[in-house]
Amino acid sequence: MQPMTTEQIRVLIARGKMKDTIFQALGIICLAIGLLVIFLLVGDMLMRGLDRLNIEFFTEFASRRAHQSGILSAWVGTILVMFVTAMAAVPLGVAAGIYLEEYAKRNWVTDIIEINITNLAAVPSIVYGLLALGIFVYTFGFGQSILSAGLTLALLILPIVIVSTREAIRSIPAMIREGSMAVGATRWQTCRYHIIPYAMPGILTGVIIGLARAIGETAPIITIGALTFIAFLPPVPFTATGADGVSAGLFDWVMSPFTVMSIQIFNWTSRPDPAFEINAAAAGFVLMGMVLSMNAIAIYLRYRMRKNIKW
Amino acid sequence: MQTHDKPQLKAEARNLNFYYGEAKALKNINMPIYDKKVTALIGPSGCGKSTYLRSFNRMHDLYPGNRYEGEIRFFPDNTNLLSSDVDPIEVRMRVGMVFQKPNPFPKTIYENVAYGLRVRGEKNKRVLDEKVETALRGAAIWEEVKDRLQELAPNLSGGQQQRLCIARALATDPELLLFDEPTSALDPIATGAIEELVHELKKRVTILIVTHNMQQAARVSDYTAYMYLGEMIEFGKTDEIFIKPQDKRTEDYITGRMG
Repeated sequence: MQPMTTEQIRVLIARGKMKDTIFQALGIICLAIGLLVIFLLVGDMLMRGLDRLNIEFFTEFASRRAHQSGILSAWVGTILVMFVTAMAAVPLGVAAGIYLEEYAKRNWVTDIIEINITNLAAVPSIVYGLLALGIFVYTFGFGQSILSAGLTLALLILPIVIVSTREAIRSIPAMIREGSMAVGATRWQTCRYHIIPYAMPGILTGVIIGLARAIGETAPIITIGALTFIAFLPPVPFTATGADGVSAGLFDWVMSPFTVMSIQIFNWTSRPDPAFEINAAAAGFVLMGMVLSMNAIAIYLRYRMRKNIKW
Repeated sequence: MQTHDKPQLKAEARNLNFYYGEAKALKNINMPIYDKKVTALIGPSGCGKSTYLRSFNRMHDLYPGNRYEGEIRFFPDNTNLLSSDVDPIEVRMRVGMVFQKPNPFPKTIYENVAYGLRVRGEKNKRVLDEKVETALRGAAIWEEVKDRLQELAPNLSGGQQQRLCIARALATDPELLLFDEPTSALDPIATGAIEELVHELKKRVTILIVTHNMQQAARVSDYTAYMYLGEMIEFGKTDEIFIKPQDKRTEDYITGRMG
């Protein structure tokens, strides 16, 4: 073969770069479609719900009259349920992830567990709802409470937390683990001083992704029987509740009936009166805002933590 | 070798075999490690020198499917380091290690050195401070870091990081210190500093060092072992190995005809 002339090389490069340009354009179009849909959705909700987005909307309970309706019980309920979910899913998921990565021997039992965790992540959420109805609501007698809802959603996001914990641990170089073991540390000391702190940013990301999924879940919450109309808040610890004047305990609120944002929205959209659709749009916008601020906090925390972790 | 200056044994490999699963990586190794001396392990890539080194602190126990046969006797107490009755953690408490690539923890300089002491339950701030300083001085890095002990260790230069890792290993007063090609990731100046340090350290601790660099072996070690394909081909005083090797394969390797 003859060596190529400069002219031929240039033609070749031009042809190659042409494909670069085409792919780049294609990529930008795909990205734009995704972003556009989000903006349209959020923008549409904002436009339609703008009328209701005032202070009263956040401080009023739901009402039969659309323009007097608010989301007080719903956003309080959502935050409390998310709190229970995080409290249950994080320790369980992180501990399971650490065990699988750092302690478990690799054999067919762990292989089966691994396949199961992946499958659990794909189970439809309503199935978790049915499970929770049987276990938490009836067998354990937690009733239709914040505790039942929180634990149900915790089960739902547990696989996400476990998988992200394992991935975060796997991204820690083996030489760090060896460095710790080489001075005579036990496995637990290595986990406690190194693995857990260095995996924390990744774990946190997984937890937030899980919570962001859980916060919008409707089906399992309906299945366990959350109320769609509720005009009171869970008891605040150490304050008098009701006429008897007995003080509420620190954890009384977990057994309280509740509603959450997604159910409130679902309820409003199923009303015949179109005025409630404005409420639904406004509440949807608020829920989006909750998810986005959760993500923002996660990004900030991750950035803060990662700054000090490098190898 | 005259008998009257023959040093004391610190450790001795006896009929040592090692398997990664089915693959036999070390074949019947017998070798003494002399107390307060530097012993270098040389040989071409894949000859098993790192595998051999990592047997001394039971690093292989961290991964499944690895198996030892034979003994590594550790003196003066004549413990078999490879015995299943001996906890690998106990072994690592007595045998320190410095790795190929500097691997400081993403923590402060102080915490890196104090870690081994904390693992041993030391909580007294004064004791910790004192031992951290001693270790950093021992690793010839104290002057460079004494004013920034609370800074993050990964911000140090590669050579400083490696000396910090040496300090981390020294802090717990190991009886034997393993070096796994400690200068392969460093520039010549940092390498020189580490070599000087090894020379200094052998007054206090027995050293076993794997190196790819034959000049380095010649410069820092008192004894040299040449390994090839998982076998110990030749062991002797460094000057004897380098001046008149007994085995043809050793001669080929050190004269650059192989490896």
